[in-house]
Amino acid sequence: MKHWWWKILAVVLVLAASITALKVPLKPALVHVSPDRIAPGPVTLEITGYNTAFKDGERVFLMNDGQYVCPSGVEVVNDHFLRARFEVPAGLKANLTDVYAGRVHMNGALFTEGLGKGIVAPQGCGPGPKFIDLFDFAFPNRNILYETIRNLNFHVPMWFTMMVLFGISVVASIRALGSNDLRHDMAADLSARTGLVFCTLGLITGSIWARATWGAWWTNDVKLNGAAVSALIYLAYLVLRGSVPEPGKRARLAAIYNVFAFVLLILFIWILPRLNAVDSLHPGNGGNPAFSNYDLDSTLRVVFYPAVLGWIGIGVWMYTLRLRLARLQHHLDDANHP
Amino acid sequence: MKPREIAALLRMEVLLDLRQKHAWGGMLLYVVSAVYVCFLAVKGGLGTATWNALFWIILLFAAFNALARSFQREDTGRQLYLYTLADPRSVVLARTLYNAATMTVLSLLSLLFFALFVGSEAMEQADLPQFLGAVVLGGIGFATVLTLISAIAARAGNGLGLMAILGFPIVLPMLIAVMRASKLALDGVAFSVNGKYFLGLALLDLITVLLAWMLFPYLWRD
Repeated sequence: MKHWWWKILAVVLVLAASITALKVPLKPALVHVSPDRIAPGPVTLEITGYNTAFKDGERVFLMNDGQYVCPSGVEVVNDHFLRARFEVPAGLKANLTDVYAGRVHMNGALFTEGLGKGIVAPQGCGPGPKFIDLFDFAFPNRNILYETIRNLNFHVPMWFTMMVLFGISVVASIRALGSNDLRHDMAADLSARTGLVFCTLGLITGSIWARATWGAWWTNDVKLNGAAVSALIYLAYLVLRGSVPEPGKRARLAAIYNVFAFVLLILFIWILPRLNAVDSLHPGNGGNPAFSNYDLDSTLRVVFYPAVLGWIGIGVWMYTLRLRLARLQHHLDDANHP
Repeated sequence: MKPREIAALLRMEVLLDLRQKHAWGGMLLYVVSAVYVCFLAVKGGLGTATWNALFWIILLFAAFNALARSFQREDTGRQLYLYTLADPRSVVLARTLYNAATMTVLSLLSLLFFALFVGSEAMEQADLPQFLGAVVLGGIGFATVLTLISAIAARAGNGLGLMAILGFPIVLPMLIAVMRASKLALDGVAFSVNGKYFLGLALLDLITVLLAWMLFPYLWRD
């Protein structure tokens, strides 16, 4: 129990975070209101919700610049679909009107015509009493992202783990250069290989996510370029190792390349987003809001940080296992061919 | 840092290259052939973006071709002799300087041939000093990165093939920055906007040289 507590912790964290990440529901939201514009006169709005539980007598109303418009009739079709008839008055102030249905709403859902200086005698409807559910643990429900938001807890930890493993590899390479000890070289090799596994996983999860949200498997984006460069650098590192047969020379050449490439990679990841800040679809880059802005009540964070820690633990464990196996193999070879 | 040693090594590089005139001829022929292939393939009428991209692709491959021979011409015997005479750090600095000078000349010549054959319409609106600055800075950047890579590839006993594999991912960041800078210069964007690219490139060059200076002595041990 002394020195393997962290392995148990890593497994527990990854399992708990993954199950939570897949099981937690999204917050209810309105996803579609049709038509998308209103003019003075009668109109029937078809309102589609996601993860909502519409029921008869649902509190539906429109809000325009703080003034409410009440429906003349509401027909709830099912949990997530209802129709509401409105008699839209002339003279609403703002050109965008919000739609409220029960506990969810959609801001700026309706483009509004026939504007004026406000409607007379606001009618007797509006938000109900504030409803607080203590067990309401749900992920943010965002436009475009929707259910894919869960992927945050799988995709991003892969990159964190990859960088940790490549970092271990570089430290081992520096020590190999300083000591000429082949054991450090073995550590650098195996951590780089394990890092590449996580790089591949990060590319796969990211590619699927990009297809679902941005519509393409690969885009020209600073983060994707960084990922491509890191993958290429460590594949080249393996090619270099493969092309030098003599162990001592291989260790030195590989270590030099590793240090050189890693420093330039870090510089690249650090400098380039600052140079062309407009060029990214990733949250937190290119003027996009960071993910933390989506996560106003920290439900994602509660799952994300344990996932990162857990995956880093799993990655390091994988690397130490491979290292032990390689050392045993090495001893075995030595024993067989003295 | 031994300026006199570096100067002597630089002089040696120049003398060696003057003796092997076919090497320079080979580099130029490579560039001219590549430009001519482009000319045949596109026949003018390129937009600025494509013109810029083609030019940098040609220059990138010319750089790989030119710098691959940087450490290749020494056989083991001569290398050993050089080690006994000079500090490895002086050797790598001298060679980086020489390669940077080579690439400066080569990139300007490439630009000349490229403008001559493929057309110079793309340069009409350009901020010319800025564009030439980007070309030269890009060439020097390739030289600084590829000098150490060339040394590693030569030591691994595998020439141009390994050098391309090792060098490409490291050059890529520089390529992206320099292509962006030269595209903006071609569009005539003011230096106050474009300046950050030049600063970034210069910083990358500096750190690359520093890394080569730190790492090269390990490469020499055998």
